[in-house]
Amino acid sequence: MIVASAGNILVWIVWVTAAFACLASGVAVVSFRNPFFSALALIGNLGSLAVLYLLLSSEFVAAAQVLVYAGAVMVMFLFVIAYVGPRTESPWAGGPSWQAVGAVLAAGALLVEIVVVIGTKAGGRLSDEATIREAFGSPQQIGRLFLTDHLLAFEITSIVLLVAAIGGVILGAHSRRTDDARA
Amino acid sequence: MLLRRNPLIVLLSLEIMLNGANLALIAFSRRAGEPNGQIFALAVMAVAASEVVVGLGLVVAMNRKRIALDVDRMNALRG
Repeated sequence: MIVASAGNILVWIVWVTAAFACLASGVAVVSFRNPFFSALALIGNLGSLAVLYLLLSSEFVAAAQVLVYAGAVMVMFLFVIAYVGPRTESPWAGGPSWQAVGAVLAAGALLVEIVVVIGTKAGGRLSDEATIREAFGSPQQIGRLFLTDHLLAFEITSIVLLVAAIGGVILGAHSRRTDDARA
Repeated sequence: MLLRRNPLIVLLSLEIMLNGANLALIAFSRRAGEPNGQIFALAVMAVAASEVVVGLGLVVAMNRKRIALDVDRMNALRG
């Protein structure tokens, strides 16, 4: 939207394709019965989001998304889904329940509300060209910001990751000890 | 996320929501020329990765204890 105001048709095509792929794979995640296909659809979602981030000149976040999210998190997901085994439930059997209708209505209302709020707050300024510097989104700028302005966020994020890793180990090791005690 | 019973699908839907928030963050950061939005998006990504680790650890532990993977039936905190 913002980049395409430069009038480049190729950018438009890439943007529309990536946005459509994002939406379609998002719907596909919740509609597949087999969780393996849902995870694969989410990988497609993350890839199209990375393309959108590249279009928004955030190269570092796009690379981090592919490496961290699609590379590590989704691989972990696939491993766990393969370990847990095929549990194909039939969530769409028997027609849409009242919960399903209510959830779709609530999501639609939320979408309308978001569009209205953003539209009225931004006025006509949404289609103005954004002026950004050359180094926007580059690793240098993000690294410099992380080490100067947002040093606390940086350190706390590393602590959060450490706590998550410890939690993962504890959750994994505890049941093994219980199995050994039972055997 | 409210409609499916498999906790793995619930975690996947949570990832979609977090990615949606990330997209909004980065889009508005680009619009305003503020690089702080990207910093926040990276922090959101790290936090989302760690909660997926913990969530998947829970699922694996439940599978080991032969508990049914059904969020409607997991309504007690003990066990």
